[in-house]
Amino acid sequence: MRKTSMLLLEILLLVLAVIFLSPIYMMVVNSFKNRAELYENALALPTSFSFQFYKEAMQKMNFFTAIGNSLYVTIVSVLIVIVLASMTAWMLVRTDNKLSKIIFMTLVATMLIPFQTLMMPLMQVMDWIRTNLHLPMLNTHEGLIYMNVGFASGMAVFLYHGFIKSIPIDLEEAATIDGCSKFGVFWRIVFPMLTNITITVAILNVISLWNDYLLPSLTLADKGLRTIPLSTFYFFGEFTIVWNQAMAGLTLTIIPVVIFYMLAQKYIIKGIASGAVK
Amino acid sequence: MKKRKDKLWFVLFTFPLLFIFTTVVIMPFIFGIAYSFVKWDGIPANPKVFVGLDNFIQLFKDERFLSSAWHTVKFTVMAVISVNVLGLAFSLFVTTKLRVRNVARTLFFMPNLIGGLILGYIWQFIFTDVFGYLGQSTGLDGIFFNWLLDPQYALYAIVIVFTWQVAGYTMIIYIAGLQGIPDELVEAAKVDGANVWHRLTKITLPLLMPAFTICLFLTLSGAFKIYDVNLSMTRGGPNNATEMFAMNIYNEIFAYGNYGLGQAKAVIFFLVVAAFTLTQVVMTKKREVQY
Repeated sequence: MRKTSMLLLEILLLVLAVIFLSPIYMMVVNSFKNRAELYENALALPTSFSFQFYKEAMQKMNFFTAIGNSLYVTIVSVLIVIVLASMTAWMLVRTDNKLSKIIFMTLVATMLIPFQTLMMPLMQVMDWIRTNLHLPMLNTHEGLIYMNVGFASGMAVFLYHGFIKSIPIDLEEAATIDGCSKFGVFWRIVFPMLTNITITVAILNVISLWNDYLLPSLTLADKGLRTIPLSTFYFFGEFTIVWNQAMAGLTLTIIPVVIFYMLAQKYIIKGIASGAVK
Repeated sequence: MKKRKDKLWFVLFTFPLLFIFTTVVIMPFIFGIAYSFVKWDGIPANPKVFVGLDNFIQLFKDERFLSSAWHTVKFTVMAVISVNVLGLAFSLFVTTKLRVRNVARTLFFMPNLIGGLILGYIWQFIFTDVFGYLGQSTGLDGIFFNWLLDPQYALYAIVIVFTWQVAGYTMIIYIAGLQGIPDELVEAAKVDGANVWHRLTKITLPLLMPAFTICLFLTLSGAFKIYDVNLSMTRGGPNNATEMFAMNIYNEIFAYGNYGLGQAKAVIFFLVVAAFTLTQVVMTKKREVQY
């Protein structure tokens, strides 16, 4: 009796999970079908595998350029966030004074500000920097990376701060007595101890930056600079929707995400769990 | 001497990040408040005219803005409930001893990694095409029709997609919460004769309050600020019936060129988000119990 009910539960859970992922199934199967087949039965498996729509979608989306752009922007932004936020958080924790507290509270409090509240004035500030200081803040990947770092810093410092508070100061003091500079203490002793939280910060930022649409859409105007979400948006906006081709395009954009998930699943789930607990 | 050196190190370590942060977040925030008192069309050559509180008076008379606020509230209530009910149910399922639990967990979380824009396009296909097909072949065209063309159902469609995206995320947080509950407590209740339902409602759920606090906060602010899914599913249509807060602000500024009015809306948006989420955190924090 108990065994059969357990088996039923097993099946129920599996069915639930499969239903949950059925949109992905629909996307993939319809990316191979020709027009007639797609309209005949949207749920059936394709009768023949043709990669024709993939080829067309790749061309229209400028797929490889977009992947390269997304990788560049995401990776560089995340690396800078990790370096700067860990250094800042460490100094804020180890310098126990009013200024540290004020800086920390400001960083945390601004996490509540929605992007929409900042987007227009942000564009004005960046435009001002571009025209008056002649720095290419708009319509460049580097400008976008700069802004990504700014938006990610509150959360990253917050996570590092909580983690650093829990590690003992003794080792650092010993190293200081041995004549190590602050820079040496941080990079040789403290930073290696932060690996767990660094993974969390990296994963949370990779997910949000890879998928970010609004900020890149405001800053990048050139076609050749488009990231994956941007090229997907224009792919859907510029052409009348041909569903099989569109599904092929969407499948393409999801492939890198699935690979990332398969490689780093353990860390992603751990990272999400520890990133959320405050 | 040492003190001065310490100060120098402090500046060296914190300045780069604080400089970027100031130019990207603090300055736009302050200028944003200033812009909300100004009338301006976004063209640098045109003057910015100070109009006092006019924008704030005008936005409360803007019916499209008010109805977008109402859509957002409706959407948020539905989305917060469905995301958390589903996320909690998933977490209870995958913390049992079932053999498929790991596979299930992996699959439930998957949609969360795909961006809102791309998810929205996948579901656009499902609601327009697959639903049409299902309606025709099953005859249930009362359920399976193009939801995105119906003002009421289009909003429900966005709720479904948002739930699909976020439920796995809350599941992970609920799992962490469930694993933090000591087994002895549940076992002791079992010995005392409490059935499954009682163990769940009297022990597990009260002890999960910290996880509720986090999940409600994340879903509340996430739902309130929804933009990407809104854009790729409906673009606010049909007939602005699903235009939500964030999209209304975007359109006011960048589509209609009312920079001052749009920024005033953005400031109100910030105040509303902050008020709602902080109230929620204070309320749920109070109900967290110790054991």
